[in-house]
Amino acid sequence: MVNLKIDGIEVEVPKDTMILKAAKDNRIDIPTLCNLEGLISYGGCRLCLVEISGSSKLFPACTTPVSPGMEITTNSNKLKEYRKMTIQLLLSERTHICSVCVANDHCELQSLANQLGVDHTIFERNWTKEEIDSTHDFLVIDRNRCILCTRCIRVCDEIEGVHTLDLRLRGKDAQIIMDMDNQWINSCSCTSCRKCSNVCPVGAIYIEGEPVSHTKKKDIVEFIKTRRNRK
Amino acid sequence: MKLVDLQTIAENEVDFQRSYKHRINVCSSSGCILFGALKILKAFKDAVKEFGLEKECKVARTGCIGTCSVGPAVLIEPGDYLYQNVSTEKVREIVRDHIVLGLPIKEMLYKNESFFKKQKRLVLKNAGKIDPHRIQDYIAMGGYSALVKCLATMTPQGVICEVTSSGLRGRGGAGFPTGQKWSLVARAHSSPKYIVANLDEGDPGVFANRTLAEADPHAILEGMLIAAYAIGAEKGYLYIRAEYPLAIQTLQKAIAQARSMSLLGDSILETPFKFNVELRLGAGAFIAGEETAILASIEGKRAMPKPRPPYPATYGLWGKPTLIQNVETLANIPMIVLNGGLWFSKTGTTECTGTKCFSLTGNINNPGLIEVSMGTTLREVVFDIGGGVQNERNFKAVLVGGPSGGCLPEALLDQPIDYESLKSVGAIMGSGGIVVLDDGSCMVDTAKFFTEFCVEESCGKCTPCRAGLARVKEIFEAITKGSARLEDITTLEKVSAYIMDASLCGLGQTAPNPVITTLRYFKNEYLQHITEKTCQAGKCFKKEEGEQKQ
Ligand SMILES: Cc1cc2nc3c(=O)[nH]c(=O)nc-3n(C[C@H](O)[C@H](O)[C@H](O)COP(=O)(O)O)c2cc1C
Ligand code: SF4
Ligand code: SF4
Ligand code: SF4
Ligand code: FES
Ligand code: FES
Repeated sequence: MVNLKIDGIEVEVPKDTMILKAAKDNRIDIPTLCNLEGLISYGGCRLCLVEISGSSKLFPACTTPVSPGMEITTNSNKLKEYRKMTIQLLLSERTHICSVCVANDHCELQSLANQLGVDHTIFERNWTKEEIDSTHDFLVIDRNRCILCTRCIRVCDEIEGVHTLDLRLRGKDAQIIMDMDNQWINSCSCTSCRKCSNVCPVGAIYIEGEPVSHTKKKDIVEFIKTRRNRK
Repeated sequence: MKLVDLQTIAENEVDFQRSYKHRINVCSSSGCILFGALKILKAFKDAVKEFGLEKECKVARTGCIGTCSVGPAVLIEPGDYLYQNVSTEKVREIVRDHIVLGLPIKEMLYKNESFFKKQKRLVLKNAGKIDPHRIQDYIAMGGYSALVKCLATMTPQGVICEVTSSGLRGRGGAGFPTGQKWSLVARAHSSPKYIVANLDEGDPGVFANRTLAEADPHAILEGMLIAAYAIGAEKGYLYIRAEYPLAIQTLQKAIAQARSMSLLGDSILETPFKFNVELRLGAGAFIAGEETAILASIEGKRAMPKPRPPYPATYGLWGKPTLIQNVETLANIPMIVLNGGLWFSKTGTTECTGTKCFSLTGNINNPGLIEVSMGTTLREVVFDIGGGVQNERNFKAVLVGGPSGGCLPEALLDQPIDYESLKSVGAIMGSGGIVVLDDGSCMVDTAKFFTEFCVEESCGKCTPCRAGLARVKEIFEAITKGSARLEDITTLEKVSAYIMDASLCGLGQTAPNPVITTLRYFKNEYLQHITEKTCQAGKCFKKEEGEQKQ
């Protein structure tokens, strides 16, 4: 076991626990987007950044393991500012219009914006024209709403085990693709398991005609956990 | 081949070279090849034949001599006579006057003596002197004797101690102490262990590592071998970008030659030590030089950085302990082993020992490849070695550290070159690019240019770098088109600080440097652009004029 302090509270957690889990198990909430319990941590969205005393750097709670004597701050003014900045950047990066989105009221980005008090962005909104693929029988991807968290890629690879999804291009042009950039209907590897739509935190991958509240209700985390623990 | 045989080869080669009275070194590195160096090489061979001097005069191809802007460059020994801008017509004249009559042609010699005077050539000591395609040339200069010394007389721990006491720090940018890194990998429990030599060099306009590989490939290999011996690795990858065909060819040949002399392979110099090197070609992404991305790329995955910890020293290639080292760092190793860490630490400053190679470019009189002691000031580099600003213009700024370096004004030129001192003024060592800008440059435009580079090269993994830099670029577009407001400066400052603090890897963490330093040292130019909508250098607002004319 390892003893450390999170926001001044003494906690004790098993060795090699990630800071995020250590905090969560002690009812300290750190906002996250790309992380999903059960999938390999990615460290991409940068919402979960925390401060560790003795270092001027910031560390993602989802990928940084605890060590004895650590003193962690999860909620300084700087971190709050930076989280707001992250949300603003994500909202303005592609076309996020909540009122016409399938995920309205069930979107993790939207609820984080509410929770963190982001009511406007200091940046010009970007009206992107990324490709929408609705060729599949019931799965749809609207890349204009994608925040590139790669949860879908990881669940498809690590849980479903087929690796249909991947990224193409770099930087702001990066896109989720199926197989070698096929249309979804032509993907040979996709098993139509719906896991990608289950884990998508926003309205980017969804099931046509089905309310998102319904799709996202299936608790993928519990599913993953039960499968993982069944030896 | 055995340990003792190497000595014999060296002696024979020295005798062989002494049998020539003159040696004509024709630079055949990428820079001079563009000026037609290969034709010059042939012309010299023909002329030497014509005068019947084959027995007296050896014509050799060599790596970069350093004075790349006045190529083709030719160095005649003895006496270090450096001819510049050699043309095929002049070759015959040079051979006749210099070799036959013993009268060097003064008008054709390189005159800017100060270019070499303030340099200290340790890593580049063989550059321009040996034929990089002949392993014998390297051996004659004492090459591979450091490896022999390690295998015959030193323990791996002893080698690490020597490197630690030298104070050598990584030349790939971050300046991490090399000896400490080696201890970490050596101590890691799991095996096998790997070495990755980093020659990605994705920064635009930087060519120091490429030139080193083209001029002295065996120094890199010997450094890798010694590192392998010290940390207990049997396999190394040399990662080089595919856009460097000549460097690749030179290294391939060097690896083949080393293998055929049993300097690489299963029982090196008939000892139990074994080590193999594989070349890996990168597809030219700046991000592939980042240490976790280079590992992903070698494993055949998308070159995308991963959060650290875990560090590659304990969890690297295929989850095994891996030493990642820049090729210039590695090329320092043989001399440290031969002369001792203490000897090495006498060059440079106490915190920052040794030398550093830079590609010196921009609006400057003597551009080229240089090597200076750590602690040399930027003023010495720009005005003494570089010969000052070109075309009688005035100095404006110097960009140190490549696309994510800092733009420093005249007032900071007395800053010594070392990791901490550069960092304190907002620049970085980076992989060794120094670009000099004259008073005809617009600093807003310069910052915009480098931001655009980083936007293109961001891997897209993390929000600050991917989305943040794209927004910064848009603000620059507004400033240079005349549609920005004063508040945009505050936004730039805020977002830049956020991108530096919150990004996952070094690309995002350093990308705002040009923005932050130009805002700090040249803020008036931003204000002029925004409030008066003028660009003194005449670089910005151009599109609008064009649009109006139409
Ligand atoms: C975006 C980025 C690009 C990099 N490119 C290079 C490179 O081209 N060559 C290099 O040696 N190091 C590069 N580095 C630094 C490496 O991550 C690493 O620190 C270095 O290779 C370690 O070797 P050293 O200790 O010998 O410097 C880069 C880092 C970043 C963040
Ligand atoms: S439906 Fe299943 S198999 Fe198909 S892309 Fe989504 S996660 Fe992968
Ligand atoms: S489609 Fe959804 S799950 Fe996949 S990367 Fe985009 S936002 Fe994340
Ligand atoms: S800082 Fe940039 S390059 Fe580095 S991981 Fe983040 S997005 Fe990729
Ligand atoms: S949740 Fe940790 S970086 Fe996204
Ligand atoms: S390339 Fe010939 S002198 Fe540099």
